[in-house]
Amino acid sequence: MTEGVVVTGMGIVSCIGFNVDETLHSLMIGKTGIGKISILDSIHRDEFVLGEIKLTQKELMEKLGVDLNLPWTRTALLGVWAARQAYQSAGLSTNSGKRIGLVSASTVGGMDRSELYYKDFLTDAIRKNHIDTHHAGNSTEMIADDLNIHDYLTTISTACSSSLNSIMFGARLLRHNLLDAVIVGGTDALSRFTLNGFNTLMILDHEHCRPFDATRRGLNLGEGAGYLVLERTSDALAGKKQVIAQVAGYANANDAFHQTASSDNGEGPFLAMQRAVAKAGITAQDIDYINVHGTGTDNNDLTEGVAMKRLFGDQVPPFSSTKAFTGHTLGATGVIESIISILSMNNDKVFPNINFKEVIEEINLVPVSQLTDLHINHVLTNSFGFGGNDSSVVFSKVPSNISGL
Amino acid sequence: MEALIEKLKEQIIKQLNLEDITPADINEEDSLFGEGLGLDSIDALELIVLLEKEYGIRIENPKDGQKIFFSIKTMAEFIQEHQKK
Amino acid sequence: MMLAPTYIDGSGAVVPQPTVNQDKFLEEILEYNERFLQVVSPVYKDYIDVKLLRRMSKIVKMSIVSAQVAMQQAGVDQVDAIMTGTGMGCQIDTEKFLNAMIENGETLLTPTSFIQSTHNTMGGQIALMLGNKNHNLTYVHRTFSFESALLDAMMMIAEKEAQKVLVGGIDEITDESWLIKTQIDYYKKHACKNSAVYTDLQPGALSGEGSAFFVLSADRSEKTYAQLKGVSTLYKPRSNKELEDFIKRFLMTNELGLSDIDLVIMGNNGDPVFDRIYEDLATGLFKTIPTGRFKHLCGEYDTASSFALWIASGILRHQYVPSTISQHPFDRKTPKKILIYNHFRNINHSLILVTTPDAS
Repeated sequence: MTEGVVVTGMGIVSCIGFNVDETLHSLMIGKTGIGKISILDSIHRDEFVLGEIKLTQKELMEKLGVDLNLPWTRTALLGVWAARQAYQSAGLSTNSGKRIGLVSASTVGGMDRSELYYKDFLTDAIRKNHIDTHHAGNSTEMIADDLNIHDYLTTISTACSSSLNSIMFGARLLRHNLLDAVIVGGTDALSRFTLNGFNTLMILDHEHCRPFDATRRGLNLGEGAGYLVLERTSDALAGKKQVIAQVAGYANANDAFHQTASSDNGEGPFLAMQRAVAKAGITAQDIDYINVHGTGTDNNDLTEGVAMKRLFGDQVPPFSSTKAFTGHTLGATGVIESIISILSMNNDKVFPNINFKEVIEEINLVPVSQLTDLHINHVLTNSFGFGGNDSSVVFSKVPSNISGL
Repeated sequence: MEALIEKLKEQIIKQLNLEDITPADINEEDSLFGEGLGLDSIDALELIVLLEKEYGIRIENPKDGQKIFFSIKTMAEFIQEHQKK
Repeated sequence: MMLAPTYIDGSGAVVPQPTVNQDKFLEEILEYNERFLQVVSPVYKDYIDVKLLRRMSKIVKMSIVSAQVAMQQAGVDQVDAIMTGTGMGCQIDTEKFLNAMIENGETLLTPTSFIQSTHNTMGGQIALMLGNKNHNLTYVHRTFSFESALLDAMMMIAEKEAQKVLVGGIDEITDESWLIKTQIDYYKKHACKNSAVYTDLQPGALSGEGSAFFVLSADRSEKTYAQLKGVSTLYKPRSNKELEDFIKRFLMTNELGLSDIDLVIMGNNGDPVFDRIYEDLATGLFKTIPTGRFKHLCGEYDTASSFALWIASGILRHQYVPSTISQHPFDRKTPKKILIYNHFRNINHSLILVTTPDAS
């Protein structure tokens, strides 16, 4: 009854690659992008490792060839970079008569510049240009202006689950025929604000993170952006578009347990996964692989594991966290891992949960820790955040006769 | 020890913004978490910063907080012990 | 395309006017002569457990109270989804953490203000208080924030994924954020009488804050007093004609013409430059329609349109247009169809259409 929605374009920028091909390559050879801090100017520089994109603000602006007179935030630049790729790979154009929208996600918006210029806002005439780049919608508007998008735009922020929710909302806009194509995803740059914030929570690992490992000590932050182009299945087929994946199911649930900690029984994550699978019209047994949220914090991995066991019983499908490659990219993490999930599915490979050695006794779940061949028809990806915001999305393989690949 | 306990009570009330609670309301042996004052994991992190800021004591592993912050009394004992150094 | 019928069963607001526990509907308003307007604080302890209150900043508290009022009015204790919109989010906590970080050189920072600085704090806290495990989303796109939340709610209702949805718009003002935005002429630098804001010549808007929540329902019941017909947004129109076409197309989509509208509530905010857009419409496209304004009551903030919806649905409920908002004596008998038009500096334009429950 409801109209299907498919992915017709992808774009991604993170510490493991500046485009889809580079990302795939890093995942295949098991190369992490996490390392010593060299871009972010923080007193914690030597204390932590980060998934940084190794380009300065100036280098980013030059690389993208953007108007240097505009007040760019790093968040906006990363967003523009990934969104351009998605737009081009889907073959979109603004004079096609199609209604094109943009639904982007971000957690701290333009904080990367605000935290540098905050004390100058009242005195420095040049810095004042950055007063209005602070709000979370700024990067969305910078991307929209770069791609000349006018038909619809909005921004979502639900902490670390933000960009999975932009996929959901975008799919709804298509199903209600309010748009013909929608660019969905998110962008977040590293900032001292988030590094220090997570540090006060004492959930940052000083070493490389070890998701789902018994000795895990916390997460590594990262930065990046990712966007998908979504279109209705019928339009994509009529337009003989390349169809990359189907957005089969999605759900958003709230743990309603505690502001930062997740519940012992993993209720929110359980509901998000269960409802997403139901929405896809499949059963839990049909899920071939899960790209888990797996941040490497004590609390998340335990809860996520408990929730997976509740849904899948003793038949938990092969799963891995790819955060030891990219770091936790906050508002971008949902879409970045969606792209990784799609790459996994379309290449029939499970990318490894690197740094895993020792199983967590309480849940006794072993992630896939080596690159593994696996036939994947349906992939589930999770993102959970503060405020109890939990989201899951199911992507399904496109039948080979219509994929156009 | 008495003075330290009283000081701690005041510092905790201020740091955690415990509205409607006075130092007299807090029994130094009562548990700070759960049934007692009803503090939670975020408060524990606030208390770790309080120890560092006011007493120069650093706690690296948040899990250590569970024992140290059991009550005002355990906290005071911990401070005394570590300030001697 | 039209979405399924969506009814308004309850609403609650905390704004710089007395709106909580009031018998009267905006008959008398508070006069201010301030740099910015702040909400009339309800007795928060009457609504929120003191244990929880200690961590909450103003924006969280006002969200919870207005959400509770809306739910009580609608006679529901649970909803199928919670959607919030906030342009700037938790400014007090963001400033607290940011200032401490800069001033203490990244040392001795505490987690509470960081945790509370995320935009989804309000949605999360409401879910926590209700024990609500359902769909929960926060939109954060300046003056599109509340409109996005409304649209998402309407789509969920149309898809039968939700019967009752709690939707709200919230923003808070602080001394610091006000001062910073006076630097770029977004807000007025000097105190201004709210009653005279529309003729004030200082650049920028009179800044304010507020929270308004609604219970939207898929089915009409005895609690229903208004119908939310549609919501639409326009980004950076390239000409006046594009703006006018947007308004006409929106009405056409809802099978209405301009002559069907009984009242247009507009978002004039006292900014002499950008209020011209409203004035041109009032003397142009909307010439034959009575108009009203509301930001002298609440000041300008990113989700002020949520208060406009509170007013519009209140007008339909009370069956009268308070003289405190109408620009001209309202001579039409009973308003049935109200259009809300708001814009932010000619960048983000939005329309919301609300009618009596049975209006076709």
